[in-house]
Amino acid sequence: MSLIRYQAPELSTWSPFIGLSTLRDEMNRLFDVSQPGFGGREDRLLGVWSPPLDVFQDKDHVFVKCELPGMKKEDIQISLHENTLTVSGERKQEREVREGDSYRSERFFGRFHRSVTLPVPVQTDHVTAQYKDGILTVSLAKAEDAKPKHIEVQVA
Amino acid sequence: MNTLTQPDQRTAAGNGGGAQRVSFITPVANILETSDGYLLEAEMPGVAKDGMEVTVENGELVIVGRRGDKDLPGTAIYRESRQLDYRRVFDLDPSIDTGKITAKMEQGILTLSLPKAEQVKPRRITVTD
Repeated sequence: MSLIRYQAPELSTWSPFIGLSTLRDEMNRLFDVSQPGFGGREDRLLGVWSPPLDVFQDKDHVFVKCELPGMKKEDIQISLHENTLTVSGERKQEREVREGDSYRSERFFGRFHRSVTLPVPVQTDHVTAQYKDGILTVSLAKAEDAKPKHIEVQVA
Repeated sequence: MNTLTQPDQRTAAGNGGGAQRVSFITPVANILETSDGYLLEAEMPGVAKDGMEVTVENGELVIVGRRGDKDLPGTAIYRESRQLDYRRVFDLDPSIDTGKITAKMEQGILTLSLPKAEQVKPRRITVTD
């Protein structure tokens, strides 16, 4: 069992709402189960986008999933450095709002950055990524040393 | 077009007679209103075209997105996402021509185009002599 370092959403600028937001989060959680704890509306107040990220593993692979709806494949960057996987990119607002139009906006546009420490060493040349229905899935093959080994017990 | 805050818990009768609680994620949405109509974009990652249900009834627009993606294989060691379906209800502006609503689903974003009926669109009237 390994622990994974939690990386707080990256704050682009200092925000006076940080303290308030924490209190607000707690209040919201009392009444509202609809928003995820991460990547919810609270982040908008802070001006950050922190898309929800999952890490799964099976015998041979580590899988990282990130919810990134409405992106272009070219705008997603994935990098692996010393067992830390980083997913970053930018979602651009393409909708033009003309004068006289009214707009209500809940979605976040701009840059995001998520990093996660992988639970075991992986083979850097065996990494694949897929982007479908707004979900990015990265599959990483575990390093041979990190795979669980089956040892036959010889009974004499 | 107003957003109705609907309770996210629905009660569905289970097979065993007991009530089963189903919860949904309320998708975040952007609404743009122009003189021609409304444009609504809702974020529903994990939902494909055939998982979308858009209904208009009694002046309400209901969007339900059912996830087509399965959970990742193996066991979870770190998890922030929730494998729940999406649901949100909007109050429809009466000026919308409900027969002309069109929907598109692309990379987890539902885009609805809701044109206003011809008679409510602003119209320039030329003054004649």
